[in-house]
Amino acid sequence: MAQDLASVAADKTKAELALLRGLLEHGLLIDCGVPGIYGRGPVFEDTLQRFNDFVSRLTVHDQATPLHFPPVMNRTYMERVDYLESFPHLAGIIFSFKGTDLQHHELVSKVRAGEDWSQLQSMTEVVLTPAACHPLYPICTGTLPESGKLIDLTSYCFRHEPSPDPARMQMFRMREHVRMGKPDAVVAWREMWMERGIALLKDLGLDAYLVAANDPFFGRGGRMLAVNQREQQLKFEIVTPITSSEIPTAIMSFNYHQDHFSKLYDIRSSDGETAHTACLGFGLERIMIALFKTHGFAPARWPAAVRQKLWP
Amino acid sequence: MKDKIRAIVVEHGRFAGNVSSLADDADLYAAGMTSHASVGVMLALEAAFDIEFPDRMLKRSVFESISAIAMAVAELLKEAGR
Repeated sequence: MAQDLASVAADKTKAELALLRGLLEHGLLIDCGVPGIYGRGPVFEDTLQRFNDFVSRLTVHDQATPLHFPPVMNRTYMERVDYLESFPHLAGIIFSFKGTDLQHHELVSKVRAGEDWSQLQSMTEVVLTPAACHPLYPICTGTLPESGKLIDLTSYCFRHEPSPDPARMQMFRMREHVRMGKPDAVVAWREMWMERGIALLKDLGLDAYLVAANDPFFGRGGRMLAVNQREQQLKFEIVTPITSSEIPTAIMSFNYHQDHFSKLYDIRSSDGETAHTACLGFGLERIMIALFKTHGFAPARWPAAVRQKLWP
Repeated sequence: MKDKIRAIVVEHGRFAGNVSSLADDADLYAAGMTSHASVGVMLALEAAFDIEFPDRMLKRSVFESISAIAMAVAELLKEAGR
């Protein structure tokens, strides 16, 4: 069994390298010298935009409010939601120089000499956004309308997990719909989306299916958080085989936060009770990579049924 | 042992109100202990009793009440021959 797992993992690594090479050679991704940080070529971006339009057409009657935030956020948001308790290994904190002339001289000397200059940096008031919805909750304090709220957000997100797997980028776009309201409405919305999400991805020719999941929490405490999350069925993912059928890749996720964010930021339903929140996320780059892996590197030659959905 | 556990739970459970009167079998999660707070309780128990919870015990039900925690701690102390 252990041997099997090792060989599955080895095969996956081989497939990841081959896929990355293909994406780079076809100009879909552009190497930037760091694993997981890539430029996007014109065909990649056009296809991603087409996918976004496809989602927007399908959800037009949901009447989600589109909001936009930059890919950095207030550091206190990250501190308040226990992100550093859960994911200290993924967080990206922005540091900058705040020293004197003398320290500046020391900084430059160390950079030139190739020495460690991190001691001359100070933490700033901003962090890289870890999930598109994190900047949203703090601005929703107060009482929601009778029907709750539905928000449509897209942001570049950062997770520090350098990997040769093109489907595990450090900086990637996440499109989210976030639902806030009374618990039964939020749960019903999430259930509606699980079916809708699978149908949407199958329409694009992806072999997508739903699995119970947990976040990659840090350490032994994290193992406990992961078990709690699974026991309470708080997280589901839609996965599809990209570089391995045994270890499929999550391309959509559904998270039920219960009152985690609403308690923290005092978000209330119209009846005065603490609201519940849930979000669904499309991993936009991952969906693109699944499409390129499944249908080939040239969208012009993709199956007609898929092209018709994306280029109607 | 339950008093020692109760003190740890009260200190690390991050409850909103006064919980000094919690019954041994009261549901700690219902009393406001979050999943993150339960991790703090778990780590503090390990330090206080010099034990390590194995993976099979890293779950919600083991930490849901002072009685449940006491049972798990007693089991680990027994396994360690203490």
